[in-house]
Amino acid sequence: MNLIPTIGTVDWLIMLLYFVFVLGIGFALKRYTKTSKDFFQAGQALPAWICALAFLSANLGAQEVIGMGASGAKYGIATSHFYWIGAIPAMIFVGIFMMPFYYGSKARSVPEFLRLRFDEKTRALNACSFAMMTMFSSGISMYAMARLIQTLHIFDGLFYHLGLPIGWVFHFSIILSAIIVLIYIFLGGLTSAIYNEVLQFFLIVAGFLPLVYLGLRNVGGWSGLKAALPETYMHSWKGMEHASTNPLGVEVFGLAMGLGFVLSFGYWCTDFLVVQCAMAADSEESARKVPLIAAIPKMLLPFLVILPGLIAVAVVTPHNTVTEHVVNGSIVRETTVVSPIVAQGHGLVPAKVDPVSGKMMLNASGKPLLDYDLTVPMMLLHYFPTGLLGLGLTALLASFMSGMAGNVTAFNTVWTYDLYQSYIHKNGSDKHYLAVGRWTTVVGILLSMATAYAATSFNNIMDTLQLVFSFVNAPLFATFLLGMFWKRTTGHAAFVGLLSGMGGALLHHGLTLPMQAVPGLHGGWLGVVVHHYPSDMAQNFWTAIIAFSTNFVVTIIISLLTKPRPESELVGLVYSLTPKPVTTHMKWHEKPATLAWALLIVLVVMNFIFR
Amino acid sequence: MNLDLRVPMGLMFLLVGVILFAYGLVPHAADFYAKSLDINVNRDWGAVLAVFGLTMYIFGIRSQRRIAAKANTAPTTTTPRRGH
Repeated sequence: MNLIPTIGTVDWLIMLLYFVFVLGIGFALKRYTKTSKDFFQAGQALPAWICALAFLSANLGAQEVIGMGASGAKYGIATSHFYWIGAIPAMIFVGIFMMPFYYGSKARSVPEFLRLRFDEKTRALNACSFAMMTMFSSGISMYAMARLIQTLHIFDGLFYHLGLPIGWVFHFSIILSAIIVLIYIFLGGLTSAIYNEVLQFFLIVAGFLPLVYLGLRNVGGWSGLKAALPETYMHSWKGMEHASTNPLGVEVFGLAMGLGFVLSFGYWCTDFLVVQCAMAADSEESARKVPLIAAIPKMLLPFLVILPGLIAVAVVTPHNTVTEHVVNGSIVRETTVVSPIVAQGHGLVPAKVDPVSGKMMLNASGKPLLDYDLTVPMMLLHYFPTGLLGLGLTALLASFMSGMAGNVTAFNTVWTYDLYQSYIHKNGSDKHYLAVGRWTTVVGILLSMATAYAATSFNNIMDTLQLVFSFVNAPLFATFLLGMFWKRTTGHAAFVGLLSGMGGALLHHGLTLPMQAVPGLHGGWLGVVVHHYPSDMAQNFWTAIIAFSTNFVVTIIISLLTKPRPESELVGLVYSLTPKPVTTHMKWHEKPATLAWALLIVLVVMNFIFR
Repeated sequence: MNLDLRVPMGLMFLLVGVILFAYGLVPHAADFYAKSLDINVNRDWGAVLAVFGLTMYIFGIRSQRRIAAKANTAPTTTTPRRGH
């Protein structure tokens, strides 16, 4: 097998059909998008199940799909920690405890909630950092999609056929995705983004379920998979007592606190990219249920996105083969030649190629490095014939584009409400802000394209931006936790605490280094390395712990030294001062707490089964 | 909001399912499905998607009709609202 797919007419037809429907949904929603509330908040009129699937899909971008497949190939079932520890508890928490505040406060965005709870400067800090992050994130999605299309030569056949230079494929991918996302967000706003995220979810299921089925069947089912892989690949908790005895290179405390608490809660509870989907629900009851309903498919996603990675390394590495058979008395010999990149890989994970020289990259021992990011695309090319291949590729494209769209709508809302309306033009009409939101979409898409092109010039831009995200996101949850559950927390404390947390993260990163890494992007750039971590992941988790803890402590200290707001101003914003949501009218199975407990029990069972 | 997502989404999956199913019925070379372990995945998965799409579409249309019917039978009043 090779990296160049055979894409037939039926594959193009399926991709085209998807683009037509995506744009069609945008056009159909235009007539329902009459006010700024319709555009930015989907009119707060969407049912819980739609918001829930969008809440889930906002996080299920192609980088996640491809990244989880890559991690599955590299680390095995331990990757499920990113779901079972790194998402489900936080989703339960935000549904049960935080949504009543987000929804009940009538805040239109997460930064606006910070203004209501604290003050303008805290809102401004969060709004600016978040707005920047969404544009970078959208641009990275765009860049990653264009690179994947280029690497897999998806459009090469079409370009040959049309007589266009192959070098234009990258630009075509960027411009095509930009135009499609621009059109449907411009027309339908957040509703369009949410509807397309739900569509993307079902496409991912439709594209990946047959992949998992075929892959498992090929390797001899679950027992065959277990037999083909090292034992460490099939256990998520074995060897977690110490960082050196498990493939992740992180110990249980770092995993639980760093990933399970700080990073996970910091993302699912405070990132407006996902929270905006829950805030679009038609009632507070629905909004509370959104993260809980989303947690159900989230729990099962490892079997869809991580399992392909395990299957990829369980399969025999393709190699050149010669087969002989007799045809009409003559011996016919057929030779199947496999690309060296594939033959020198591991299973279906190909060798890594230097994008500049085109040569295979080798490690210190002279063995080829593996390009884990190509695991999922290679699985699609390996198992899917023409027809189903079109569906699989469409699912990947859909996940990239909806990742972009979610970031653009979040950017629109934060820019228009938290920056433009707050500081530039305060008393405009609703029609004015609707127009601003629409045209901000254009600016957002252009900024995303600029980031995508910047990524072509700076090799490590993606890694750099991921690092920046972790510095900005990691301390945030401490601010929300203290703000929502301690009425004594003050605005000055929240602001200084946030900055201190970011500073703590920077300092920790600058003074530590993963083993075998060189000082620079991976850390140790302050000139002194005080600690070496077994892996990048361990360093990342501990950076998050330090950022959170610094923010937490500084916020408490400064709160005790500054004057809090009167309690009457904090009703609806602080847990102890807010009437608890009433659930006595609900049947037992309708109550959010019932679903939360059921999820926790299933979570424990899953962790036990795959321990 | 009156566009039930199940309508366009159901229609899309129905069409994709029909396309795959039909393509699966077209005769191909003997080794066409060797990749998918000799399983005609286009026909089989196409059928599943078509049924899924049709089900979604029907639920969506019914829901939209229910909402439209409720809107038509909602009592109208000419009494001005108090307090606004």
